[in-house]
Amino acid sequence: MKELVIISGKGGTGKTSLTAAFASLAKNMVLCDADVDAADLHLLMAPAIIERHDFQGGHEAVINREKCIECGLCRELCNWNAIDEEFKVSPIDCEGCGVCVYFCPEKAIDFPLKTCGEWYISETRFGSMVHARLGIAEENSGRLVALVRQQTKKLAEEKSLNLLLTDGPPGIGCPVIASLGGASAVLIVVEPTLSGKHDMLRVAELAAHFKVPAMVCVNKFDLNRDEAEAIEDLARSKNMEVLGRIPFDPVFTKAMVQGKTIFEYDPGSEACTGVKNIWNKIAERLG
Amino acid sequence: MIISIASGKGGTGKTTVATNLAVSVAGNARLLDCDVEEPNSHLFINPVFEDARVVTTPVPEIDETKCTLCGKCAEVCQFKAIIVLGNTVLPFENLCHSCGGCMRACPEDAISWKQRELGMIQKGRRDGLEFINGTLRIGEAMSPPLIRKVRAEAGKDGPTIIDAPPGTSCPVIAAMKGADFVLLVTEPTPFGLHDLKLALGAVRILDIPCGLVINRSDMGDEKVKEYAREESLPVLMEIPFDRRIAESYSRGELIVESMPDWKDKFIGLYRKIDAIVKQEG
Repeated sequence: MKELVIISGKGGTGKTSLTAAFASLAKNMVLCDADVDAADLHLLMAPAIIERHDFQGGHEAVINREKCIECGLCRELCNWNAIDEEFKVSPIDCEGCGVCVYFCPEKAIDFPLKTCGEWYISETRFGSMVHARLGIAEENSGRLVALVRQQTKKLAEEKSLNLLLTDGPPGIGCPVIASLGGASAVLIVVEPTLSGKHDMLRVAELAAHFKVPAMVCVNKFDLNRDEAEAIEDLARSKNMEVLGRIPFDPVFTKAMVQGKTIFEYDPGSEACTGVKNIWNKIAERLG
Repeated sequence: MIISIASGKGGTGKTTVATNLAVSVAGNARLLDCDVEEPNSHLFINPVFEDARVVTTPVPEIDETKCTLCGKCAEVCQFKAIIVLGNTVLPFENLCHSCGGCMRACPEDAISWKQRELGMIQKGRRDGLEFINGTLRIGEAMSPPLIRKVRAEAGKDGPTIIDAPPGTSCPVIAAMKGADFVLLVTEPTPFGLHDLKLALGAVRILDIPCGLVINRSDMGDEKVKEYAREESLPVLMEIPFDRRIAESYSRGELIVESMPDWKDKFIGLYRKIDAIVKQEG
């Protein structure tokens, strides 16, 4: 079984639109939306949810006022200043470390499991999809990412499908690290800007750190052809294969507004030609 | 006044708005780049850096000569960052949240702190503007502790502009908390709208006044504007799609440099925010 994770470092370079376009070309595939923080793939895939599960990401301290003697030890020990003078815990600030719970001399602090989000198994017009929604202002997105990837793999095994197509999160932190481990390859989607180049280098270094082979494609290449070329040279110098270029094309936005992939909206567009070439190479490389 | 620029969706123009706003406002302004995973503001500001320091977080180190393998440290740790395995104690420093529980729980005083590198904070300036950014070490998972350190550099007087990371979870909260105003930046597309709703949800939890900038405002559809009206979210600026803006962005240029008439618009944006904050306060 192979897994391709689509990442970018910088946000907004076209990861999700490309993942959706690839989904319409791929065969024997299960889709995974690993950008649980701001998941958007479902807006193009219109998934029909078949299974819905709670995600319990951790614990949260709750002080029982009837047992509390206001000794103040919890406030002293809390590294996150999450307990106020009235001995109320702020859920936004609580890290879930349980130090206050463990050391409270009166055993006055409860530590219930917290539901931080939901995850789903769905059917789409291109195949099955595993996705999730992290609650607003919640933590542990890395664990939810790991969970949806694991469930995607399980689903593919059950259905005897051999390709996982994963839409990754932006950045290089905890959710991205959770989306990389054990992947067959990553595709880094880069835009031809100084920021795009800067961020590609950082996420490429992260992929190398976790020993995941990386490939690169330049989206909206004609916004700055010199920069696009510089990015491609740089990628090759870092031993990353450059798979191709996609032009700046309003077809992406127009298709998105209608909840379609670009192949459904305008299969004859230049963007489609670029994406198809890139996908053919990916399919070949993944074998 | 502290203004945090956030978005939910990545690539909507947070850095563009933050950098252009910061160089347009007069007085001792500061710009803090809190997008520590992928900091980009410096590419547009080109500050002269004067100072750089490594930021660390404490993690446990075990003195095996004192350890009796009692397992109390593993019992208190919620993050599985320290375990007893056979006749040794293994700390996994990458999983450690630096809560200090293990150290306090150890009856033998066998745990001390060592430091794990989170990343770097750099300080510089560009004319009157003070610039500070954080850069997360590659391979480091936890950005919020570093974001909080950058965030702590906000000025006491004069405007502080914060370029926040994308998303709606802990890193963004760390970059928005305690701000006087959150300026949300979005694009008028289904993705932009969906993620705007999440971002607005986070701002409302923190109870901070906010407003909206719509970038590439003539692409996509009208639904972001309809939503803003329903939610009484004031649209403070619209930036139409202009190939010249996209191209100058690609070269790392500020809009106010390549198209100077935009400077007044950013000054106007700041005045509108100032008026809202004064009214709310």
